[in-house]
Amino acid sequence: MIELRNISKSFGANHVLRDVSLKVDQGKSLAIIGGSGTGKSVTLKCILGLIKPDSGEILIDNQSIEGQREAFFAKFGMLFQGGALFDSLPVWHNVAFRLLQGERSKEECRDIAIQKLKRVGLQERVADLFPAELSGGMQKRVGLARAIAADPEIIFFDEPTTGLDPIMSGVINELIREIVTEMGATTMTITHDMTSVRAIADHVAMIHEGKVQWHGPVADMDAASDPYLSQFLTGSAQGPIEAVR
Amino acid sequence: MTYPIHILAAIGRATIAFFASIGSVTLFIAHTIRAIFAPPYYPREILKQFIAIGYFSLPVVGLTALFTGAALALQIYAGGARFNAEAVVPSIVAIGMVRELGPVLGGLMVAGRVSSSIAAEIGTMRVTEQIDALTTLSTDPMKYLVAPRTLAATIGLPILAGIGDVIGIMGGYLVGTTRLGFNSGNYITNTIDFLETADVTSGLIKASVFGFIIAIMGAYQGYNSGRGAQGVGRATTNAVVSASVLILAANYILNELFFFA
Ligand SMILES: Nc1ncnc2c1ncn2[C@@H]1O[C@H](COP(=O)(O)OP(=O)(O)OP(=O)(O)O)[C@@H](O)[C@H]1O
Ligand SMILES: [Mg+2]
Repeated sequence: MIELRNISKSFGANHVLRDVSLKVDQGKSLAIIGGSGTGKSVTLKCILGLIKPDSGEILIDNQSIEGQREAFFAKFGMLFQGGALFDSLPVWHNVAFRLLQGERSKEECRDIAIQKLKRVGLQERVADLFPAELSGGMQKRVGLARAIAADPEIIFFDEPTTGLDPIMSGVINELIREIVTEMGATTMTITHDMTSVRAIADHVAMIHEGKVQWHGPVADMDAASDPYLSQFLTGSAQGPIEAVR
Repeated sequence: MTYPIHILAAIGRATIAFFASIGSVTLFIAHTIRAIFAPPYYPREILKQFIAIGYFSLPVVGLTALFTGAALALQIYAGGARFNAEAVVPSIVAIGMVRELGPVLGGLMVAGRVSSSIAAEIGTMRVTEQIDALTTLSTDPMKYLVAPRTLAATIGLPILAGIGDVIGIMGGYLVGTTRLGFNSGNYITNTIDFLETADVTSGLIKASVFGFIIAIMGAYQGYNSGRGAQGVGRATTNAVVSASVLILAANYILNELFFFA
């Protein structure tokens, strides 16, 4: 279980997160939605300690994450919004990065990397290319393969389907759902893609102006009366959410 | 009325920033040293960096040393002629190259080549979140990125300087025998007879310190790079400037320690 309690974070005068509290149960999938620039990526980075929150605490299985970060990362995988692939390493080495630190032989790691690449719809020949030689959507999928390569128990996906064609988006949504249901992973997924939310999420949290505006099971989403959420779901320019932020 | 206060405030801010950066560089150095000695180690990375930093700097260092040795021979000959001391050319070229010009000029040239590339590479990794990704993959970026580069430069620079010493002396020899009328055998015996072990070791130790400075400044600036291409550009410039200035300052301090303490 991952829990955020009253997390706040400002960059100078820019108050990005104001008292965010969230919870994901073990083996569940939470989708985080919200307008661009509202602090979704910052929220995930706060959990990882890559950004230090100004206040609040983060709990893993009811214990503060401080002091157990190493254990947390050991069973963790992340897809970064920009891919964050190591551009000095070939694709397969990127995917197998964590596996190569273990006891496995290089050939074995490479085989696993190729399997994972197939799962995200990439052919074997991609394995020996360098990240700079791939299209944006292909890079995203390599990042995804890297995130799931070591069968982590906790996975964060930052916009997994952005920049993918509709069919590939479908493939990825299915993959994420499978990872949750088959492997029992706990996942947090940031997305703007409502199809994706419906396909992968158990729960949904909408962040607006640094706060959790709405939070609930995905089934309740359409019936919810929250005007911010409704505007987000319909994608209307009219409503309480300002278009210029 | 508020004008002098503004000036004072500006001076105060600059002073605070100066000491803050000394503090953070010191911390960075402490982290790096810890990262070098504590496992896990990344021998493949060290080897890779050794080739990138050491091997590929050979042409730069070699050419610098060759021309410096040659120019030095001409200057010493011209200067020595004023008091009939042309015969000192071989020994002074050797001492000058080995103790001072080999390590310093070599260090400055490698600073231009290597500090900048370390800063650009690590800075790009910072702004594209590759360093964050390393952390999430249970890999300490200080151990994986900074330690191998620092180790490779600290070991690589003395080797480069040693090679530079030989080439520099050879540059002096070529000019001495072809242009200044020295006898080949005499030139070589003169060089060897007057050169002491301490001359060589002091130069190599200096080179090692310069190598450390080069890698640390590149890594520090890259690691703390600002956002975007502009941030990386600034990190690169800062790395070369700060490494060069620190090399010259460290050179003076080490000379005091080696020869006058
Ligand atoms: N390292 C940083 N330094 C300063 N400001 C930052 C930093 N990281 C993020 N911000 C600011 O925090 C705010 C939220 O950024 P964040 O990346 O979390 O947005 P987001 O919700 O993920 O948006 P998007 O959907 O566009 O990815 C932005 O205003 C951004 O400028
Ligand atoms: Mg984001």
